[in-house]
Amino acid sequence: MRRIEREDAVQITIEFEGQPVTAQEGDTVAAALLRAGQWTFRTTAVNGRARGPFCMMGVCFDCLVEIDGLANSQACMTNVQAGMRIKRQQGANDISLGAVADSDEGTAP
Amino acid sequence: MAPTVHTADAIVIGGGLHGCATALFLAKAGIKPVVLEKDHVGRHASGVNAGGVRSLGRALPEIPLAVAALAQWHTIRDLLDDDCGFVNPGQIKIAEDEAGLKALEARRRTVVDFGFEHEEMIDRNELRELVPAVAPHCVGGMVVRGDGYANPFQTVQAFRRKALSLGVRIIENNPFVSLEKQGGLWRITSARGDLEAPVVVNCAGAWGGHIAAMLGDPVPLEAQALMLMITDRLQPFVKPVVGVQGRSLSFKQFDNGTVLIGGAFRGRAEAEHNRTHLDPRGLAANAANAAAVFPAMRGARIVRCWAGIEGRIADDIPVIGASTAEGAFHAFGFSAHGFALSPIVGRIIAGLVTKGATDLPIDAFSVERFSE
Amino acid sequence: MRDHYDIAIIGAGPAGMTAATVADKHGASVLLLDEQPEAGGQIYRAVGGQTIKDKNILGPDYYIGHELVSELDGSGVEYINGATVWQVSEDLEIGVSKDGAARLINADQVIIATGAQERPFPVPGWTLPGVMNAGGAQVLLKSSGVAVPDAVFIGTGPLLYMIAYQYLIAGVPIRAILDTTPPGNRLRAMAHLPGALGKLGALRKGQRWIKRLRAEGFPFIKEVEGIKLMGEDAVSGVEYRRRGQSWQIEANTVFLHQGIVPNVNLAMSAGCAHRWNEAQLCWHAKTDTWAESSIPGIAIAGDGGGIGGARAAELLGRIAGYGALHRLGRIDETERNRLAQPFRRAHANEMAIRPFLDAMFRPARQFRIPEDDSTTVCRCEEVSAGKVREAVDLGCLGPNQLKSFSRCGMGPCQGRFCGLTVNEIIADVRGVPAAEINAMRLRPPVKPLMLGELADLDLQPEQTARG
Repeated sequence: MRRIEREDAVQITIEFEGQPVTAQEGDTVAAALLRAGQWTFRTTAVNGRARGPFCMMGVCFDCLVEIDGLANSQACMTNVQAGMRIKRQQGANDISLGAVADSDEGTAP
Repeated sequence: MAPTVHTADAIVIGGGLHGCATALFLAKAGIKPVVLEKDHVGRHASGVNAGGVRSLGRALPEIPLAVAALAQWHTIRDLLDDDCGFVNPGQIKIAEDEAGLKALEARRRTVVDFGFEHEEMIDRNELRELVPAVAPHCVGGMVVRGDGYANPFQTVQAFRRKALSLGVRIIENNPFVSLEKQGGLWRITSARGDLEAPVVVNCAGAWGGHIAAMLGDPVPLEAQALMLMITDRLQPFVKPVVGVQGRSLSFKQFDNGTVLIGGAFRGRAEAEHNRTHLDPRGLAANAANAAAVFPAMRGARIVRCWAGIEGRIADDIPVIGASTAEGAFHAFGFSAHGFALSPIVGRIIAGLVTKGATDLPIDAFSVERFSE
Repeated sequence: MRDHYDIAIIGAGPAGMTAATVADKHGASVLLLDEQPEAGGQIYRAVGGQTIKDKNILGPDYYIGHELVSELDGSGVEYINGATVWQVSEDLEIGVSKDGAARLINADQVIIATGAQERPFPVPGWTLPGVMNAGGAQVLLKSSGVAVPDAVFIGTGPLLYMIAYQYLIAGVPIRAILDTTPPGNRLRAMAHLPGALGKLGALRKGQRWIKRLRAEGFPFIKEVEGIKLMGEDAVSGVEYRRRGQSWQIEANTVFLHQGIVPNVNLAMSAGCAHRWNEAQLCWHAKTDTWAESSIPGIAIAGDGGGIGGARAAELLGRIAGYGALHRLGRIDETERNRLAQPFRRAHANEMAIRPFLDAMFRPARQFRIPEDDSTTVCRCEEVSAGKVREAVDLGCLGPNQLKSFSRCGMGPCQGRFCGLTVNEIIADVRGVPAAEINAMRLRPPVKPLMLGELADLDLQPEQTARG
């Protein structure tokens, strides 16, 4: 990867597949992963094929990763935060992992 | 030169599921109908509904028909050379609390008194066996194990193909214009030509009220647009079709992992323009119902919402049976629960046309119930 | 965010920004919504906070965007970033999500300025990791200062040469450029040259870029007729065909581009009428001279209604702003016409070059209608060209039936990357013009919406949408 010189680039550390990755503040998750030489972000739900970022503007939905437990997150539309934990999305979203479910139990009508 | 009038054994107005099913059964009985369809086969409710095949929770008069239909669905491949995507993981109506359970038990007793035992009660434990992802507060429910769902588009295409193979003619992009009795025959004017037949069947769905009126059978029918929404693909987590006592919800996960959520939430139908409008408030309430019993669903993404146009009759049951006009018959106004009944309705109408009788009780569906 | 605004504008690219500032200047309450973290749209991506030290890399045209963003910042427009609009209804009710919460907002006038996206480029292997749109490479450069050395650039169109040129200025090595511009285009484009003479400077600039790129030393292959991207789990090479012969280049990174097309999903789902445009091979919104669509109160400005480029978008945004102000009753007809007059002339001038560019860079048939049946057409649902053709043979007359038959178009991108391809394949198999095939029916939400957000929809007390 070639880094073009920028003014005031602040480094932060995020995690990808359990490994630390150096990113810059203001990077999207996609940019940070590409910067680190990672091009495969997920495998598809139908045929298990490898995919990575394609449009970088939020319309192709190929850059889906799991961010801090939340699946189907568009990496190109999410800015990095220090300590973010990112994993490849394998196939379809497994909602039973319950990243979003409220801690409240459902209540009767 | 005088316009050519084609003569047919029967004319079916409406190329949706009921029109195609009727045409198929007529053809099996030796009658070659012509089907007139104003758009293309399955364009409206037939092609875009929730695909539920259930006998659970039916209005009493519909139960005998639904039970008979389920038997047909279980051998649908024999009828259509296509499995229509039918699977039967069962349908469950969840009770969220004791009051809900009591309501279901009362319902069960009513149905048993009526002569049917297909609806079974299940307790907390069995509910969790059948639906492990259900929210902790749910206390039990009611199940019909043989119920399930099918693929609406695949089904209507299967009916269409089989009907065509038996000599049925389907004329699409052909709106119906008018009908009148002429010399003992029904003379139908449609956009692409005139037809004559001794028998006409009104399977025009949301547009069936106009035709019924022309036949002298007033019917309180309105076009409605029930909303549906579908998620992205999710890892499999639920097999049976799920509803909830006291909430408007229909919920099922397909083999491809997507979850289809519906209920009785209405958008706005513009039947004259083949258009529907969605109502985000209704969709929100529907989503809330789904999240109440499957909290993990909060993390699923809705990728599309839609609403088909179908006919709703004021008393929420269809019109099935002979018209007051001789040689005319009705099968329309299925009020959000017509999909599963399509094979049996086809059989019933064919019986009425060929033998003047059917072995199933259909008096409750008579078009004359509005003229009292 | 409030429940109601005079004017709500969706998209903070050049058209959205100018429409917003115009409306604000004349006293309307204006909400500007955009899903990116900063204003600028795609063309002026990250211009507000651009930190690349060498301004020559992105070029002077880019920094024009800075003025627009400054104008926006200095205005009274309520600009909300990170806001994804998932619906605009016929009643001008806007559904928007921000920070994990969805709500509904009403406006008396709506301007849709959702801009453009890159045209699909369905070649075998285009879904492999390491293959990206050239515009995506440009986003990477603008937003993060990241460039990828030794990439192969494939396709046609000004943006392809622009990003390659930016790489050249930045000193980033390019492996090769495979130019798929059909040889016959140049002659056809000449017929439109007179119209382009008003923008001769732009044409010359493009020619200079290409000349510099050709002189750099890496392979710059023209008249490429066929492309196949090789690799199993990532792209490893490109096989290309030229004058009946096949060649191979090793490549771990490929940038594809064959033009841009309007991002129509929001406008179509709102019910705005569109018409197929054969010159640009895409859908154009039906709009009047004030950019108002077929739905009263909804205007469509900028590339989202039809491709015109950044400067044209800026001008049409202003015109749309004046149109909306007049419909609101804030300015009268005479005032509206007077204010818009200079921008109208300038807009016409910008649009005059379009026929030339559309003809010059018209993508070849085989790159829009894949010949290889194994080519993925629907990326989301992994549906191949062969499967689409088979469905048409089985009776699917249009993309909506195709959806039910094959799931093509039912994934999260909602037809953005398969819609045009599908329509052209169907037209091709059926032997009818593409204009005769209906567009894919689009419904809200136009971007996937979390069920939890929908369930918690922040509902305001019932209010009539339009006064």
